[in-house]
Amino acid sequence: MGSVSIPLDHVLLLSALLFICGLLGLMMRRNIIFILISLEVMLNSSAVAFVAAGARWGQPDGQIVFMLILAVAAAEVAVGLGLVLQIQRRFKSLDMDDANRMRG
Amino acid sequence: MLKLLPLIPLFPLVSSIILMVTLGKLPKRMVAILGAGSVGMAALITLLVGLAFMETGQPHHQVLWTWMRVGEFSPDIAFYLDGLTLVMMSVITGVGFLIHLFSTEFMEDDNSFSRYFAYLNMFVFAMLILVMADNLLLLYLGWEGVGACSYLLVGFWYQNPDNGAAARKAFVVTRIGDTAMAVGLFLLFTELGTLDIQPLAEAAKSQWEVGDTLPVVACLLLLGGAVGKSAQLPLHTWLPDAMAGPTPVSALIHAATMVTAGVYLIARTHELFLLAPPAMLAVALVGLITSLMAAFTALNQHDIKRILAYSTISQIGYMFLALGVGAWAAGIFHLVTHAFFKALLFLAAGAVIHCLHHEHNIFKMGGLRTRLPVVFWSFLIGSAALAALPLTSGFFSKDMILLQAYELPGVGPWLWVGGLLGALLTAMYSFRLVFVVFFGETKMEPDKQPGVRMAVPLSLLCVLALVGGFFALPLVPLASAFPVASEHHPSHLIEGISIAVPLIGLAIAYFIFLGGQWKVDGLVNSASGQMLRKFWFSGWAMDWLYDKFWVQPYKSLTHLLRRECMDDIYNTIVKFCQLLYRVFSYTQAGRLRWYATSMVFGMIVVIALLQGVI
Repeated sequence: MGSVSIPLDHVLLLSALLFICGLLGLMMRRNIIFILISLEVMLNSSAVAFVAAGARWGQPDGQIVFMLILAVAAAEVAVGLGLVLQIQRRFKSLDMDDANRMRG
Repeated sequence: MLKLLPLIPLFPLVSSIILMVTLGKLPKRMVAILGAGSVGMAALITLLVGLAFMETGQPHHQVLWTWMRVGEFSPDIAFYLDGLTLVMMSVITGVGFLIHLFSTEFMEDDNSFSRYFAYLNMFVFAMLILVMADNLLLLYLGWEGVGACSYLLVGFWYQNPDNGAAARKAFVVTRIGDTAMAVGLFLLFTELGTLDIQPLAEAAKSQWEVGDTLPVVACLLLLGGAVGKSAQLPLHTWLPDAMAGPTPVSALIHAATMVTAGVYLIARTHELFLLAPPAMLAVALVGLITSLMAAFTALNQHDIKRILAYSTISQIGYMFLALGVGAWAAGIFHLVTHAFFKALLFLAAGAVIHCLHHEHNIFKMGGLRTRLPVVFWSFLIGSAALAALPLTSGFFSKDMILLQAYELPGVGPWLWVGGLLGALLTAMYSFRLVFVVFFGETKMEPDKQPGVRMAVPLSLLCVLALVGGFFALPLVPLASAFPVASEHHPSHLIEGISIAVPLIGLAIAYFIFLGGQWKVDGLVNSASGQMLRKFWFSGWAMDWLYDKFWVQPYKSLTHLLRRECMDDIYNTIVKFCQLLYRVFSYTQAGRLRWYATSMVFGMIVVIALLQGVI
């Protein structure tokens, strides 16, 4: 453990920045692929926070949760891409606003 | 035999229900047998019951079951049979059967043959309930029942909106009278504690003195009901329009039976009326004025059925005059003879209309005497009876009324003079009708002859109209325990005048409308003559008057009240809800990014709250 340790604050700041980036992307993007990518970014930002916290307290839990998040992200991408294919087929577009069929 | 009494209304009721539930799927022959046969059966049983009743002459009272029990008030479904009831029942089932028989041919080509007989049988049932009822509530049930059937039958050819309007008018105008009658019933019940007719009369006699206010009010309210149903002034305007229905319906409902229900009501409650001399006078005056006004109007009409309708109003006016002067038996006697000859006239008019392509205008007819001999003789006999020519049935009854009116101390002679004027006019308009339709040159050829089912009822009614006066005469004293009129006879001069007046009317009609000896064109075509003629033609402008002073103000009032401030409150609530609905439906429009954004902001607010920032 002799290496230079990065202060926890910095890692959490990075995590927060990544989360906000993902959130903004989720709110502003219309293309469903980019929405999925934004979701991935948000998941990973929280994963970074877990890893950093685990390191800070010297516990393995953070890394275990990271593995869990990775598995969830993989499953989500698998389902999400399946949906993307269906949407592309049905609406001939990846724009989420076009896929809206409600007449509100 | 008297126990068979409930069967009489049961037959038409069952037949009517069968015709209603089969929805016109029965063959026409079957419908005719059922419709006319059921009334025929009722007539037969009426005859048996009548014979049994004649043996004893004692009123028969039969309770079927208790209708309802509300506190002190427990009206029965019960029938009361006395002379008056029997007379009415004979007219309803007897004349009713002949009219049903006539209808089977008259309505043969109609698509709604079955519906027609369902209504007509239901009418006979309701009318029988009306006259057989032991208490005024059951009477009221029949009273409203005949009103409903009248509405259905006036608007029978409902595809024409005019007929629907006529039906509504008949219904609404009679309803005004019915409301007065209902109030009268409430008053009688609260004051005397019963609605059974016989105990009611006893209670009234013991509790009230002659000339008290309460009996006068109660009788005037009952008179209101009678005036509405019997088409007397001021509620007579519905009857001429009610001619929109099929002609046999006019014969049965609007001449022979239903419109005389008011006369029956007053005769039935005559013991109350005896306690209220002012109400009696009102009855007599209403009758006299109505009969004169309607006679003037009948003289100017050119629709054959409207002439007969105004004539009916006029004749019922006579009956009211008779009731008003206390000549109860004479009034009922005239009711019976009127049922015979007016049904005859209406059926004959129906036959004319049937054979002349549904033509109603008498000035387009003419010379039918040789073309339709059966109808001509029927019409001639009917008109003679209507005009009260000597030895016809109408003569006896009208003569009886006029003489008894003359006997009344005080206003009697004046009523007699008015009645004579009415008799003169009656003879004039009835023979004007005969001369214009059946004499002169032929303007239209009939395309068919009345068949046997038309000719038989016509002939039978001819016999009744001619000799009905003789055999109805012994029946009259049976007409319940009416107070017997004085046996004192007025001088022969008075009687002679009564006999002569219709003949004078007949002569005038002959000189004007047939012989052409008297040229009245100049008089009629002068300005004032034309105006008077138009005035009379419109029925003394009563419809116009009601329209101006009642219908139009009512309409504008409802128009005014349509905008109501209470509605504003409710409308505001509605508007608010609509606004909220728009806002919320906008947020739930399926826009994914909007959902994400609102979620984020919601989260921010929640976190801020948890942190105590705001």
